[in-house]
Amino acid sequence: MSADLVSTLQARFPRLAPRPSADHPAVNAPLEEVVPLLRCLRDEHGFDLLTDVTAIDWAPGAAPRFTVVYHLLSTTRAGAYVRVAAPCAGTEEAPVAPSVTSLWAGADWHERECFDLMGVRFEGHPDLRRILMWDGYPYHPLRKDFPLAGIETELPAEDVAAETGARVVAAPMAGGPFVASAGEINLTEAEPRAKDESWSDRAPQPGHTPLRQVKE
Amino acid sequence: MVTANTELGYNSKVEGGVIVSRADAAINWIRTNSMWPMPMGLACCAIELMAVGGARFDIARFGAEVMRFSPRQADVMIVAGTVTYKMAPQVRRIYDQMASPKWVIAMGACASSGGMYRSYATLQGVDRIVPVDVYVSGCPPRPEALLDALMKLQGQVRREPAARRLLSA
Repeated sequence: MSADLVSTLQARFPRLAPRPSADHPAVNAPLEEVVPLLRCLRDEHGFDLLTDVTAIDWAPGAAPRFTVVYHLLSTTRAGAYVRVAAPCAGTEEAPVAPSVTSLWAGADWHERECFDLMGVRFEGHPDLRRILMWDGYPYHPLRKDFPLAGIETELPAEDVAAETGARVVAAPMAGGPFVASAGEINLTEAEPRAKDESWSDRAPQPGHTPLRQVKE
Repeated sequence: MVTANTELGYNSKVEGGVIVSRADAAINWIRTNSMWPMPMGLACCAIELMAVGGARFDIARFGAEVMRFSPRQADVMIVAGTVTYKMAPQVRRIYDQMASPKWVIAMGACASSGGMYRSYATLQGVDRIVPVDVYVSGCPPRPEALLDALMKLQGQVRREPAARRLLSA
């Protein structure tokens, strides 16, 4: 079934390559064939629901750095699900992918989220604004080079920042992030805790220099 | 020895039509027994806050059952949940719109300290933007814990020099 779909698609789009996948069929596609391919999947193969648009960050310096992934589900064929991955064009700071809002109106918010957190610019999107972080936030937090604790910046409202003196600051990590131990029977031992408890904010890790991130 | 007099309350015939008290005591008595909350429900703590308002825990016993969604009619803001940096200015603006005297209860780990959200998106404690009077631990706190916080706050308000502040305001 899955091999059938990929080979059928390959007959139509010769530049497609099957993508290793543990569960559902997946294909790697060149960026310029994404829109025709998704239109073909929607109109001829019954994949009428775009469940997600997301991206993979392959780490700074990788080429390509970002890959967009479109997740498609069929509401008419039980269990039919396919992923289409395509390497982004554009620069490392401003990767570009085609918008599929012309095919699914629901792609709008998926692409805004992907833009907000990963910084992928979707060409042809009607209103590509941030959706989770506030307008004017200078970073894309799900990128590999963004620390979990965050980077110091301004509050979204100037008046409140002036009145309270509050800023967006890096969260104290103190040996974190905190992870639960899998397979632990003793629930006290299974509590989420820092991997390395030998240091904290007051007693810094020996030889460790705090992250000072420069604005991109 | 049991006396025939069963009157335990105020007897106007004996004591006259006048009560002598401190202005602070009178003002604070009025304030503590009708603290209208501004329910700043931002996450799962708000569910426990709703339970406090319900019949089982019944915050009405302490005169704080009138949840006001207009900050101008509220006395105590109960910050129940995770405050993100995106939401923080709105929390502060709502606090600014409340009429004085006003108090703040930080309900739960997130509102008190950021809780388990040690991340780029979460304000690490609502006391960075508004002055907090009572912190409630728990994730989320039991409804009884919030009632206890309210009683603690009432105890705090009873000790305030209310008359002096009113005159100097």
